[in-house]
Amino acid sequence: MAKLNMVKALNLALLEEMERDPDIVVIGEDVGVDGGVFRVTEDLHRRFGGRRVIDSPLAEAGIIGASIGMALYGLKPVSEIQFSGFSFQCFHQIENHAARYRQRSQGRFHCQMVVRMPYGGGVRALEHHSESEEQFYAHMPGLKMVIPSGPRTARALLVASIRDPDPVVFFEHKALYHAAKEEVPDETEVMPIGRAQIVREGRGLTLVAYGAMLRVALEAAETLQAEDGVAPEVIDLLTISPLDRETLAASVGKTGRAVIVHEAPGSFGPGAEIATSIMEGAFLSLEAPIRRVTSYDVPFPGFAREKATVPDAARVLAAARETLAF
Amino acid sequence: MPRTLIEPQFPIERLSILDSDGKLDARLEPQLAPDDLRRLYRAMVLGRRLDERMIKLQRQGRIGTFAPIKGQEASQIGSIFTLGPKDWMVPSFRETAAMIWRGWPIEKILAFYAGRLEGGQPAPGQHDLPVTIPVATQLPHAVGLAYAIQYRGDDAVVMAYFGDGATSEGDFHEAANFAGVWHGPVVFVCQNNQWAISVPLKKQTNSRTIAQKALAYGFPGIQVDGNDVLAVYAASREAVDRARAGGGPTLIECVTYRLGMHTTADDPTKYRTEEEVKAWEQKDPLTRFRVYLEQKKLLDASVDEQVDEEIARAVERFETMPPADPLAMFDHAYAELPSGVAAQRAEVTARLEIPSHGAAAGSVEPASPPMRGQRRTSRWTS
Repeated sequence: MAKLNMVKALNLALLEEMERDPDIVVIGEDVGVDGGVFRVTEDLHRRFGGRRVIDSPLAEAGIIGASIGMALYGLKPVSEIQFSGFSFQCFHQIENHAARYRQRSQGRFHCQMVVRMPYGGGVRALEHHSESEEQFYAHMPGLKMVIPSGPRTARALLVASIRDPDPVVFFEHKALYHAAKEEVPDETEVMPIGRAQIVREGRGLTLVAYGAMLRVALEAAETLQAEDGVAPEVIDLLTISPLDRETLAASVGKTGRAVIVHEAPGSFGPGAEIATSIMEGAFLSLEAPIRRVTSYDVPFPGFAREKATVPDAARVLAAARETLAF
Repeated sequence: MPRTLIEPQFPIERLSILDSDGKLDARLEPQLAPDDLRRLYRAMVLGRRLDERMIKLQRQGRIGTFAPIKGQEASQIGSIFTLGPKDWMVPSFRETAAMIWRGWPIEKILAFYAGRLEGGQPAPGQHDLPVTIPVATQLPHAVGLAYAIQYRGDDAVVMAYFGDGATSEGDFHEAANFAGVWHGPVVFVCQNNQWAISVPLKKQTNSRTIAQKALAYGFPGIQVDGNDVLAVYAASREAVDRARAGGGPTLIECVTYRLGMHTTADDPTKYRTEEEVKAWEQKDPLTRFRVYLEQKKLLDASVDEQVDEEIARAVERFETMPPADPLAMFDHAYAELPSGVAAQRAEVTARLEIPSHGAAAGSVEPASPPMRGQRRTSRWTS
């Protein structure tokens, strides 16, 4: 067991998978010699060379489009978009092609590829460097959307994503990169995509979160236990799409109440699908309306004001208390 | 410091071998075997006759919208002729003649335009991507394929098709730039047919040629008479051989003309004159090549008849295909259906009332309606 931060854990996943499978290539802006602007691809260029760790021209559609071509040929590209806010420049390649090639070719071709993107706020960054766009990718049939919450899940889910025969968009929260170290097993760990984790068993209320919001939900849960005598269940979603409806329904079937926390704006966000899923799967157990705590429906306001929109424990706590008092 | 002149080499060649009157430049004439010449002509005629037949099928409602190729037969056949089975074809949506050359059964192409997924499935081992509809977005795929070929050390070349309108798209420029940097075995074939639906070339680009755009990305570009199958062949041969030998990409601009409509949903009389079309009809790629073959005594008088018969048989096979099974939409959405989608499949199965399909879905059962259970009190409130 080694204690690693999320950057090192992701780097380890790439390293061990590249050693295992020569078809895996890494491509993106500054991923080679520089090791990535967040150092997730550190040292890979030295180990595997420029043919496998490709410093591409600065063009997102080119990166993803070329990755698709490589995948159609049988390579397994792990592509990096430097910030998720720039992924709209390759959005069409992901939606029009990566997500559809298996169906378009009726199984003759598919895109086994991972598109890694740093996302989220809390790092005092410029516009387009702090947003959360998972809802766009979660909405695309044919694609999977994964968001780890810490070093261990990051490593195990990145390995799973690389091995998944379908394309995966893999979001890494920037504020989590160096936030904490976690024990990571020596042996390669693979977590199943499409499965949520109950990270805290409880009763009376289910808090659903993912990415950096998991810590916020856990913080609120601690306070609820200490101050309100309620020990909520906390679900780390880990995969946004395909959604683990069974775990959600089973948990709320038990607790009767749910608060969903995410950093993306609320309207038409993942929370709406999660809430519907709970409603469909546990309607008769619900004791109160499902609440969502999300960023507000405004463009990301810049880091001087981000604390006012990104959910924090106090907002989760307030929503939880209203739900409990309903 | 002085202002100095950088002198990049910017030559743009234009190649024409057989002009619209059938006059040949014998010094440039490619040495093709008689059988190859016959095959080229037959493929062009097949492209033309199928196009005519498909328009009728579309007007009768038997297939949906498609993009006719009339006038562009030489651009397609002259270029695709230079690929071998190990090479890769990356089409856009107006390469029907080239696709047939590559072995796509006509009935499959008809099925594709009849809205059927199975029409887009390349045969096992066939190195062709299916039709790509969003303009220019297939070009980065071609560059990625070429990269993968180099990565694996394989012997193959990629040929990617697109139109003049595509050269305005970012994906064209990104693909060309990547191709130049990576120096992979990829040949870009632009069918410059003068019109992107209603927008003429002069409103599409202020470049004198499309071929010259290659030079900005560090590889050669050549303009050819796209209605001259010999010129298209010669330029493609050179480009494919260069790519195969490690010489990197080439952009071939085939100057041609779309004699028909953009798609069957388009009315070109709204934006271009009859005189213009008539002038281009004089440059028909089939006419001049027929003259050439007649002079060589290689013209088989029964080609039209043979081709029509081939099309008729294919149309029959298309029309006797079993009806589209709705459940097939779930077959290749994912490698393995996620449980939520499997439940949707089960719902369709139930709606179709086909018990056998329900069994095929395995353990999947339709989601229970939420109202079926008994209301129970949660542990919290009890």
